[in-house]
Amino acid sequence: MAAPKKSVAKETGQDEGNGSHHPLEFTKDQELSALRDMLLIRRFEEKAGQLYGMGAIGGFCHLYIGQEAIVVGMQMALKKGDQVITGYRDHGHMLACGMDARGVMAELTGRHGGYSKGKGGSMHMFSKEKNFFGGHGIVGAQVSLGTGLAFANRYRGNDFVSLAYFGDGASNQGQVYESFNMAELWKLPVIFIIENNRYAMGTSVTRSSAQTDFSKRGASFNIPGEQVDGMDVRAVKAAGDRAVAWCREGSGPFILEMQTYRYRGHSMSDPAKYRTREEVDKVRHGQDPIEQVRNRLLAAKMSEQDLKAIDAEVREIVNAAADFAQHDPEPDAAELWTDVYR
Amino acid sequence: MPIQVLMPALSPTMEKGNLSKWLKKEGETIKSGDVIAEIETDKATMEVEATDEGTLGKILIPEGTADVAVNTPIATILVDGESAADLGKTAAPAKQEKAAESVPPAAEAKSAPAPRDQSAAAPAAPKAATEPDPEVPEGTEMVTMTVREALRDAMAEEMRRDPDVFVMGEEVAEYQGAYKVTQGLLQEFGARRVIDTPITEHGFAGIGVGAAMAGLKPIVEFMTFNFAMQAMDQIINSAAKTLYMSGGQMGCSIVFRGPNGAAARVAAQHSQDYSAWYSQIPGLKVVAPFSAADYKGLLKAAIRDPNPVIFLENEMLYGHSGEVPKLDDYVIPIGKARIARTGGQVTIVSWSNGMSYALKAADELAKEGIEAEVIDLRTLRPMDTDTIVASVKKTGRAVTVEEGWQQNGVGAEVAARIMEHAFDYLDAPVARVSGKDVPMPYAANLEKLALPSVAEVVAAAKAVCYR
Repeated sequence: MAAPKKSVAKETGQDEGNGSHHPLEFTKDQELSALRDMLLIRRFEEKAGQLYGMGAIGGFCHLYIGQEAIVVGMQMALKKGDQVITGYRDHGHMLACGMDARGVMAELTGRHGGYSKGKGGSMHMFSKEKNFFGGHGIVGAQVSLGTGLAFANRYRGNDFVSLAYFGDGASNQGQVYESFNMAELWKLPVIFIIENNRYAMGTSVTRSSAQTDFSKRGASFNIPGEQVDGMDVRAVKAAGDRAVAWCREGSGPFILEMQTYRYRGHSMSDPAKYRTREEVDKVRHGQDPIEQVRNRLLAAKMSEQDLKAIDAEVREIVNAAADFAQHDPEPDAAELWTDVYR
Repeated sequence: MPIQVLMPALSPTMEKGNLSKWLKKEGETIKSGDVIAEIETDKATMEVEATDEGTLGKILIPEGTADVAVNTPIATILVDGESAADLGKTAAPAKQEKAAESVPPAAEAKSAPAPRDQSAAAPAAPKAATEPDPEVPEGTEMVTMTVREALRDAMAEEMRRDPDVFVMGEEVAEYQGAYKVTQGLLQEFGARRVIDTPITEHGFAGIGVGAAMAGLKPIVEFMTFNFAMQAMDQIINSAAKTLYMSGGQMGCSIVFRGPNGAAARVAAQHSQDYSAWYSQIPGLKVVAPFSAADYKGLLKAAIRDPNPVIFLENEMLYGHSGEVPKLDDYVIPIGKARIARTGGQVTIVSWSNGMSYALKAADELAKEGIEAEVIDLRTLRPMDTDTIVASVKKTGRAVTVEEGWQQNGVGAEVAARIMEHAFDYLDAPVARVSGKDVPMPYAANLEKLALPSVAEVVAAAKAVCYR
């Protein structure tokens, strides 16, 4: 019953995806900044995994390890006032937005000093100050909400852009396409960033998706899209620059498919038996976003010592966050009744 | 200092597991991410990855050991410059101390109360204070207008007052409203603020909530609330819960409005009352007025409210006229019931179109010498328990009237509150008149039977009065 396959790629005026864009070179400062930001996320997530194992973090906990280049690269393409919203694998996005590691970790442990006073947990954190709009636990919901953030920007006539992150799994939700339609219809400045880590929980893209080129998912709405090497922070930043420019100049939404990989299971209780160890190792040893930057810096005559110093600095931040998150008191019992209405 | 590797928990409920296999030997170099062991529970086998780099110093739990408790040290890793000689003097690592702290021994539990202790003594819910209706000064001119016009005026006034208020929905602009409620708004406010959406309830509800999170004040019209079922997730999970889940940082000021409840001859999918559905959700306010004046004053309040408000209108009432005070700013506080008719022998509680039956029944009852007090709830959440209870304490009898289904209905909630707060004052069990427990039929005769009737309300009131 298969219909003949046709190319539905939208003419974007730019060369079509497949990661063919030549990544812009980074300056040394950009490399160092990207390295530090990605390391912070990696170490934070490793620590979160440890704390989960110790029972200090409860419920669901989805780690971002392996995908760090995406949020770090995209953040480098933004300006202050742009908004970010994502799903439940959100710790990396929060750290990239500049949210305090202590507040994020304390939310994971359900403490008073957490971003949501311990009432949201891993999947539900927000920072008005940093323009981070969550942290949403229902797959795909953030796509409509992020489109709404863009609607507000357009309504107000400013030039801010909203970034709505979601995964290959969420890409099959109906409201994603409802949002695509209205975003293009009203030319809303929203970048739909599909973090394609190849697995929706345990279901591989090929087992769930009729069109596995996610950059084409906006084709029937005339939304341009690109496939990006989401393991190379420079490629992410370069694609981010193009998409942000497109949105800021009022051309409407843009889709970026970030091709990435999560090293860990879907959540902490996922033994990840749906893929082989070899597959994980191949990405980890061949494409790791942090190793890529590290190797470039070493090739540029940066010393191992200097890189270790960055690692040490990051570890200190993460250890302090973990320490705070375990010693901060739980929310006061009276918090049970606050923040239902305002 | 050597680092201890602890037996990890694979899920929130796991307490112990089997250490099935070591994949690294003592003395082997370990990189962050290497799989060092496999553990298994009754549900799954899981690989243990190293999170630190170094050398596997000592295996503390040999492979094949069953029932290893979570947080038990299973191995030590030697980091830069350490040797096996350091193993003996292993200081308890930081994470080990913390693990111990998170599960304090019973004797020390007092200093750090566990969540369980708190739930045992959950603090009482705070009581919300409600304001009285605004004074309508003596001699205020009253204007007769339909409910439809009252709604339109309320939106227009609030849009003039606050540039952040806008209306979106299907056919709200060029068509002038599927039920003509938004008539004239496009002409006055333009397409930027009166926005026709595609037929895509889930999507535009989410866009509305996102815009509200960014500080705008959307009025989202559902052509009818039947279609809002498509948007239920955004209304409940995103609109109602975000303020709480963000610790008070980020809420949304948004109104979801449109006709709710039984229409005429449109059958089951287009004729349903959602009062009970929405009024169960903390974080939402739910308003369902009856009179034209209340429609106007409460919609203005809903638009100004910083919380998400479900504003349930009734198609059958759109054309009903009523007196509306001609005041610049007629705003009725949400959460306050109105005594629509005073009486001392039986209390009839209703809202929205249920009031049509209630008021007519009160007229009938009066002819038979029974003076009913009729309470129009107007707001279903927060519910004005005080007004209901005060009336029941006076009359000793109560009847609820609703078009919705009885099970878990608003009438059931009203009855429960009366029982909780005025049990000793009751002279008879509370009676409920409601829609019948069937999908709404199409045939005219069956539809009539499925809805409450004045006769049923009269009969219920007489029954609780033992007449």
